[in-house]
Amino acid sequence: MQAKETSVSSSACSRRAFLVGMTAVGGGLLVSFRLSPAAAQTSPAVADFLAPNAFIRIDRAGRVTLILPYVEMGQGAYTSQAQLLAEELEVDLDQVTLEAAPPDESLYSHPVFGDQITGGSAGLRGSWDTLRRAGATARVMLETAAAQRWGVDGAECTTRRGEVVHGASGRRAKYGALVDDAARLPVPLDIMLKDPASYKLIGHSVKRVDTPEKVTGAAKFGIDALPAGVKFAAVAACPVFGGKLGTVDERPALRVRGVHQVVKLDDAVAVVADHTWAARKGLAALDISWNEGASATLDTARLVADCDAALEREGVVVAETGDPEAAEAQAASRYEAVFRMPMLAHLAMEPINCTAHVREDDCEIWVGCQRLALARRLAAETLGMPVEKVTIHNHLLGGGFGRRLEADYVAQAVRIARQLEGPVKVTWSREEDVQHDYYRFHNHSRVRVGIDAQQRPVSFSHRIVGPSVMARWLPIFFQNGVDLDMVGGATGPYRWPAQRIEYVRQEAPPGLATGNWRGVGPTRNVFVVESVIDDLARAAGRDPLEYRRSLLADSPRALAVLERAADLAGWGRPLTRGRGRGISLLNDFGSYVAEVAEVSVEPSGSLRVERVVCVVDCGVAVNPDVVHAQMEGGIIFGLSAALYGKITVANGRVEQSNFDDCPVLRMNETPSIEVHIVDSAEEPGGVGEPGTAALFPAVTNAIYAATGVRLYELPIDREQLRSA
Amino acid sequence: MQRNLTVNGRQYPVDVDDDTPLLWVLRDVLGLTGTKFGCGIALCGACTVHVDDAPRRSCVTPISALPDGARIRTIETLGELPEGKVLQQAWLDVEVVQCGYCQPGQLMSAAALLSVNHTPQDADIDAVMSGNICRCGTYARIRKAIKTAAAQLPSAEAGTERVPAMEAHG
Repeated sequence: MQAKETSVSSSACSRRAFLVGMTAVGGGLLVSFRLSPAAAQTSPAVADFLAPNAFIRIDRAGRVTLILPYVEMGQGAYTSQAQLLAEELEVDLDQVTLEAAPPDESLYSHPVFGDQITGGSAGLRGSWDTLRRAGATARVMLETAAAQRWGVDGAECTTRRGEVVHGASGRRAKYGALVDDAARLPVPLDIMLKDPASYKLIGHSVKRVDTPEKVTGAAKFGIDALPAGVKFAAVAACPVFGGKLGTVDERPALRVRGVHQVVKLDDAVAVVADHTWAARKGLAALDISWNEGASATLDTARLVADCDAALEREGVVVAETGDPEAAEAQAASRYEAVFRMPMLAHLAMEPINCTAHVREDDCEIWVGCQRLALARRLAAETLGMPVEKVTIHNHLLGGGFGRRLEADYVAQAVRIARQLEGPVKVTWSREEDVQHDYYRFHNHSRVRVGIDAQQRPVSFSHRIVGPSVMARWLPIFFQNGVDLDMVGGATGPYRWPAQRIEYVRQEAPPGLATGNWRGVGPTRNVFVVESVIDDLARAAGRDPLEYRRSLLADSPRALAVLERAADLAGWGRPLTRGRGRGISLLNDFGSYVAEVAEVSVEPSGSLRVERVVCVVDCGVAVNPDVVHAQMEGGIIFGLSAALYGKITVANGRVEQSNFDDCPVLRMNETPSIEVHIVDSAEEPGGVGEPGTAALFPAVTNAIYAATGVRLYELPIDREQLRSA
Repeated sequence: MQRNLTVNGRQYPVDVDDDTPLLWVLRDVLGLTGTKFGCGIALCGACTVHVDDAPRRSCVTPISALPDGARIRTIETLGELPEGKVLQQAWLDVEVVQCGYCQPGQLMSAAALLSVNHTPQDADIDAVMSGNICRCGTYARIRKAIKTAAAQLPSAEAGTERVPAMEAHG
């Protein structure tokens, strides 16, 4: 999900963020901020409590604990957040203990989303001011406490590695020794943040903090939780969207050794056993009849036809400048194209799972989730318990990609657990994971462009068809009938003399859940816009790079990444027959990304992506190596979908089931990937998603260059690439 | 069926049905959660362990198929092997890891490769590692880390095999 408001700027932050309290808690100095959000105002019960985003705890022994609001799912969030806090606090990462924040939306809501969400490539953007200021405030108070103790001017004191130093007298005091004095001081509201030139952590590729235990098997993901006495469950939900459980004879499962119980939910059956295999065996032994319901005849052809029909409907006009209709009517020629994108699953390596223990008066949950506070609310609601009675133990996520922005599996686990004594771990099979996803739904787009006699665009109209995930998932991003995510990136960074963006809401049939998928809106719209631009360049007889350049007068940062990527990729250098280069450009998530893909296409239609060059301007790269890794990974994720990503439906069921029929990219198919980061002092932008979003059109434009075949649908159809 | 399993040099009495895959015994019965479940049908490699020094997908290895006295090694003791130790360090030096879920399986496969081949070429790496899926897209770094680790192993010890024997898998 992309943050539609810009990330919180420095000045905005000093207006909106204010320290709401500071006290010695548990013998320590606790500093925290509240960042304006509406969420806090609607929680009067916590209004005078210490509030959001991250905070710092320093105890008398000098132990520094950094509490990190954004979850770790591979994107380096723990490391980057720790860098921001430690930089301004003047401690090294080997001096701190890191803690994952518990679910508490009043404390840890993202400043833009207004809920505790890790997603939208927005974690670092949400942290940039908040965490640096949290660190700096604590540091200033410790400095002041030392200066007062020594009777010197605070300005003469410096801090490093958890100590305040008075250079002139050589006096030093460790932070722990200053905690009590500092806690009695008034809280400074105007704090100077460090001069970036003095950064020791920010801007450096410090080693990731989460990885040492990930190479020894010691890291605990949600699926690794083993609370005492835990039992193991396998589950089958109705294979038809929205269907319900009919009847099931429990006895065959109960005859399997190790099986304890069969649990019936209204839409699923779970078998609980001593270990997962016994549970899976028990489940397989059941002959379950389902009430398939209204979706039993649903198929992909109908979903696609519905989206096509929606393309003919009037939508909500999202943005209009100039008079595109008139411009188009007067244009020398017109361009029109329709784009169709498939349903996609997430396929995180850690299959969906949740461990829950429901007791009479409370509930305990072990899970890895991108939306912990939602998970807690949903569990409480499901159980009819107050939220405070639900404890969630947050774990590492074995991939999120948007799937774990949902908490359906948490609700399901507590529905099962409430029928049992003791804790139960519910682990979905990979097949269950593929067939009960919150899918990236079909998206169709129609673009019309008016072109003048000099082959320049005079109008750009983009009608977007798709469901509104935001209306359900984050209603503040559904405004005046428009899903703000769906229209993200709908015009590209280009200057169109007149433009209109229109949104036609087309929901999936009931029971077919739709959700966020890495790259969100721009993953769809960048494919559309960048394909159109290539078509227009071709029609104008101009080079796609040069054509883009001519429309980017207002976007120097976009132009810069574009030109650098082209340069590094050797744009314009001749290629052998069957090879082609394609370029794409994105300005979203607060970042600018250009990618150049090089492909080779055999006469048989066989396709290989040989090389991807990626240039990213993400403002300050807090951890450059993490930025590299995110772009590399994002490109691979996009490539999997471009080449293979397609979930289809027949008889109301998902037809795919595992990595054989929904393949993903493997080592032997991986192109050479070169990532370059533009030096920048701008505020950090997101890097988790733009690499994915920019990948699709880079590849299809390269295919166009290699073969002359324009692909208007995804995934890439090799049949269309076969030479006649 | 009551039997003894030798895992990471320790004996464990285990009493489960013969068809129970080693994966679930390791994870649910013995509590060795470093070995991961990813697909259940040997398509992703997340569950890779060593059985008598050879790589095996534990999700499709019923315990009845294990040879008597089989020595099972999991990620938890990979660092005891010379190639395991250098691989784990290379993984950190190259910063291979993102979410990390697939990495125990990746490391077990890579260690099996280096146990027979100290000079792996790209084709060797492709042959062994393409059975291990990573959704975070760390493949290029895995390749680099394998080469980094291999460079620290004595090349004289390299055998004639280029890749380890692997039972057929999907």
